[in-house]
Amino acid sequence: MIRLGDGAVERLRAVLREPDLSKTRYRLVGVAGSGGMGTVYVVEDVDLCRRVALKVLDVADGAIEERLRREAQVLGRLEHPGIVPVHEVGTLPDGRAYYTMKWVQGDRLDRHLAGKPALGERLRLFLRIAEAVSFAHARGVLHRDLKPENVMVGAFGEVLVLDWGLAKVLGGRAAVAPASGTDESAVLGTPGFMAPEQAAGQSGSVDARADVYSLGAILRWLGGAAPPAALAAICNKALAERPGDRYPEVAALAADVLRLIDGEAVSAHAEGPLERLLRLMRRHRVAVGIVLAYLAGRALIFFLTGR
Amino acid sequence: MNTILVGVLVGAALGILDGLTAWFTPEARADLGGIVVGSTFKGLLAGALIGLFARKVRSLGWTLLFGTFVGALFAFFIAQIQGKYYLQIILPGSLVGLLTGYATIRYGKSAAAVPARG
Repeated sequence: MIRLGDGAVERLRAVLREPDLSKTRYRLVGVAGSGGMGTVYVVEDVDLCRRVALKVLDVADGAIEERLRREAQVLGRLEHPGIVPVHEVGTLPDGRAYYTMKWVQGDRLDRHLAGKPALGERLRLFLRIAEAVSFAHARGVLHRDLKPENVMVGAFGEVLVLDWGLAKVLGGRAAVAPASGTDESAVLGTPGFMAPEQAAGQSGSVDARADVYSLGAILRWLGGAAPPAALAAICNKALAERPGDRYPEVAALAADVLRLIDGEAVSAHAEGPLERLLRLMRRHRVAVGIVLAYLAGRALIFFLTGR
Repeated sequence: MNTILVGVLVGAALGILDGLTAWFTPEARADLGGIVVGSTFKGLLAGALIGLFARKVRSLGWTLLFGTFVGALFAFFIAQIQGKYYLQIILPGSLVGLLTGYATIRYGKSAAAVPARG
């Protein structure tokens, strides 16, 4: 009997997991990543001569398959520059469900931040994430699993919110049916980024404020170890235990972050007179600099000429 | 903001400040009101010219040079009227022109659209 090494066994497993792309217009290029529901492969669309990402279930399972199809449907209705567009949904010859989407080349947000971008840039990245989520909310879709690993920063600085596998379609305007494969009492999401009501297993009753909480957690993470007082206040408001104490919608949270970037007072933070003065000086630093430069020059002239 | 408007506003603001510094000269305090008005008008006019120049040239170096020159020239005219304190009037006037030139390039709309040279 021949014993196989660990590497060989792992390779065999990977080959077994590989999607059967025969009778499709796709050719396997490589693995882009894997998640709880399945694996994302990079494939070549031979008809259109382009590379796309193909998400496929690791195993054929009815309930998970329903979730994958629903994710594709949710993505299909969210046409936004910050949300990955879906090209096609279907079933592979091996019976596993799949969908193809734009192949995004870039870094995950957590890796992107290893380059230590300035706080202003990090906040602008956050605004683009918030814009995409706000758009989804306007279309009646909650993400419910927002975290740095689910945000991609493209090669040209574009920001894309990924992994809508736990998305919830709100009733009323929803064109897509609510998740039949999702147990609404199950705890879905990622600890640390998940709203308390979501962690308590009330996934069915969460609303947009659960995503506000997750965005607040992302913002706190983006703010680093010592964020400015106004940023910390914004995070605290977004991360309030009770949904009623949070920003009522993502747009309100984004508006406060935009005010912070623009050097304006934020609604979440009551500043003192000195803090207000310093903020205004920072905001108009060029004007303040010009006046100070004039006064310094004038003082020098006064000192030299006596008038 | 429009480059000429930036020049006018900054020139006028620094002109007011420049006029107010006359308060530190005891013999000029009595005429402070007239000095401030004259200095503001001088700054306003110089600012408009500097803003116009900045919009045409879009060069930080040349605008600083032009601003200093215009500020000095206008201050020289004022000193001519007074007939004394040439250096004490021309130096702050030049400083106002220099800083107005910087502000027009930094804040001016046309300058922001095209990166400033030199």
